[in-house]
Amino acid sequence: MALSGRKASVAVGGAVVLLVFAYLIWGGIGNNLVYFLTPSELWARGPAAYGASIRLGGVVEASSIRWDADKHELRFRLVDAAGTTRPVEVVSTGLPPQMFTEGIGAVVEGVWSPDGVFHSHNLMVKHSNEYRAPPPGSKPAEYYRQLFRNQRS
Amino acid sequence: MNAFLGHTATLVALLLAGGGAAAAFIGGRTGDARYVAWARRAGVAVFALVLTAFLVMERALVAHDFSVSYVAQVGSRTTPLFYTIISLWSALEGSILLWALILSAYTALLVRWSTHRYQTEAGPDSQVPYALGTLLCVNVFFLLLISWPANPFHLLNPAPLDGPGPNALLQNSPFMGVHPPLLYTGYVGMSVPFSLAIGALLAGRIGPDWTKLIRRWTMVPWTFLSLGILAGAWWSYEVLGWGGYWAWDPVENASFMPWLTATAFLHSVMVQERRGMLKMWTITLIVSTFLLTVLGTFLTRSGVLASVHAFTQSPIGPFFLVFLALVLLSSLALLAWRSETLESEGRFDAALSRETAFMVNNLLFAAFAFVVLLGTMFPLIAEAVRGAKVSVGGPYFNELSVPIALLLVFLAGVGPALPWRKGSLELVRGKFRWPTIAALGAGIVLAVAGVRAPLAWLTFVLAVFSAGLLVVEFVTPTRARHETTGEGWVLALWRVVSSNRRRYGGYVVHSGILVIAVGVAASATFRQEEEWTLRRGAAAQIGRYRIQFDSVWAVKESQRDGVIAATTIEASGQPFGRLFPRLNYYPTAMEPIGTPAVREGLREDLYLVLMAYTQDGQQATLKAIASPMVGWIWLGGGIVALGALFALWRSRGEAARRASRPDAERRGGARVPSEALR
Repeated sequence: MALSGRKASVAVGGAVVLLVFAYLIWGGIGNNLVYFLTPSELWARGPAAYGASIRLGGVVEASSIRWDADKHELRFRLVDAAGTTRPVEVVSTGLPPQMFTEGIGAVVEGVWSPDGVFHSHNLMVKHSNEYRAPPPGSKPAEYYRQLFRNQRS
Repeated sequence: MNAFLGHTATLVALLLAGGGAAAAFIGGRTGDARYVAWARRAGVAVFALVLTAFLVMERALVAHDFSVSYVAQVGSRTTPLFYTIISLWSALEGSILLWALILSAYTALLVRWSTHRYQTEAGPDSQVPYALGTLLCVNVFFLLLISWPANPFHLLNPAPLDGPGPNALLQNSPFMGVHPPLLYTGYVGMSVPFSLAIGALLAGRIGPDWTKLIRRWTMVPWTFLSLGILAGAWWSYEVLGWGGYWAWDPVENASFMPWLTATAFLHSVMVQERRGMLKMWTITLIVSTFLLTVLGTFLTRSGVLASVHAFTQSPIGPFFLVFLALVLLSSLALLAWRSETLESEGRFDAALSRETAFMVNNLLFAAFAFVVLLGTMFPLIAEAVRGAKVSVGGPYFNELSVPIALLLVFLAGVGPALPWRKGSLELVRGKFRWPTIAALGAGIVLAVAGVRAPLAWLTFVLAVFSAGLLVVEFVTPTRARHETTGEGWVLALWRVVSSNRRRYGGYVVHSGILVIAVGVAASATFRQEEEWTLRRGAAAQIGRYRIQFDSVWAVKESQRDGVIAATTIEASGQPFGRLFPRLNYYPTAMEPIGTPAVREGLREDLYLVLMAYTQDGQQATLKAIASPMVGWIWLGGGIVALGALFALWRSRGEAARRASRPDAERRGGARVPSEALR
């Protein structure tokens, strides 16, 4: 049975809507993917990774942290957990979490630019999902205990 | 003792649920009332037993009985009583126990409700036992989880002396006492309409009475789910310290997807009720809603996706996958088997009709759900197919959901304004005149006032347009009544809305959604954010606010220590009060958890976060966020709840009519429209 004119137009209209929708979704996902990489994987991708949204996870290299209090700008270098790769230079704005220190696992979200600097808009300190007590003398605890001591004096 | 009691109660409940389900199906098949009676008793007993298990767990938590594994996992002697009580749902096993409790409570409600519905004049109604059997099967699954892979009642010997306390994030705000129970009551409640749908399919009878019934049983969980989602957004806003309320986190998506399909269902079911159309689609929607709740629980409770809410890796993943596959395949088979009873009786008469508006609405909701589902699942697909670790960024969700949401805002007013079957252009012109003028006026005023963001501008204009159309729906019949009966305006309005609570309650819900849309658009577009490091006595400016940092000090509390910063605020040069953002140090948390200080207002929220401070207390780093109209989102949520309640509340007249003509109601016989009775 041949489709009546009305049914055919509905079918064609529906197909067009579906195709447009599929195209929008495809583009939407493709443009907004965030890749999870380590510094060595980033170097392996090379220039292909410039401009893409990347979540880079590694370890903060020893004595690489520079804090510019005027600009509220933080610079440091990330290396692989093994510490053997070429470090990636990271710049981020805003104060880092208080846990942030040398040798700690950190995750930065942002974009790698051709000048070799990773511009982060979100800096997270990595700790396992399990909640457990911070080791004695660790930074946050020390911080507020000092505040207590100052209050008393 | 507690461990033994709790575990025994869940095991017996599991056996009874299984036996009850079997009895219900046999009773449905054979029409033997004795089996059905057994199934009903089993349903009530399951509820009593799960409630016992729940209370045993609460007692163990409050009494710090660390020989119970779950108490040792989330309890602590230093946690305040309130947080100890709500810590029942702060980890995997306990949250499944809460789930099972709510599910069994719904089961008992279904038993209670169906007391006089099984034996009808036309003989036993097999839909009732089939629905009860299906719901008991869902019970079996969750009871299986808490008796075996997610058993919270393991006996620890020797018992530890103390525990770590609940996850620090979850004991940082009293809202954790409200958000999960609300959300679960909505989420779990979707298994009732699912069971009723499966029951009707098994019985092979999908009549108009079914439609009405399943709609009511969906409205209740829908209302709770809406409130639960908003309460979660509020929690995120008040606790997480980023000044936002929605991040397209997998768990937020998991709660949102069934909301979308349930909302689509609530609309398509009206088309089915009125015109006998879209039956297959409607039943597919309610089955999908239930499937999405199971999928959402799987995604967020099995640890396959990283999220704020994901608990640690757990062995329940495979159980959920098997359950999901079972439900999916059996529902599909059932739908295929019964497809002939689901054929459409009516057909579309005209493009300009309410049916069309509902159709478009349903397509939009389905597309919305698909967009969210794909974005949530894509990381899993990508990892399985290409081995790449990726996540889908928030912009994907925003880019695709904003246009859909805008069209829905438009339809929220247009749909109610269009008549069933066929609308005439004249009628449309008459109804649309004032709302169009109002929307154009608002558009001009907003443009002149400096609203330059096109999407926000469009949202406001469309919301004014739709709100105008809704107002017309209230005003026109009120005026007619006022003129014919001479009643006062308020009385006439009340009589009009009470004559059709379902419809006008629905319109109130729509206006609540419009208020939320305006709040979301304004707060997302016109948000300002600043971060400063200030010395004592120094001040900084954000928008019209001047924020002065006064001092910072530390406090000791039983379960945590806190650092509090004091600030003095001026707005446009006038004193605006003081705000005290704080950081909390929990013994179990690696990082301090902030409590932002929020000054809420319908016009604008001022949101202050203490980011850091120096050890001498002389300096503090503060983040300030000024976002307009966030309060509208919570206000809109309240309006939605009021409207839903109004729609659900059975008017006295209706209750009396039901009582006098129960059979007609039960069989879905013709009812005289209430207007015609006057």
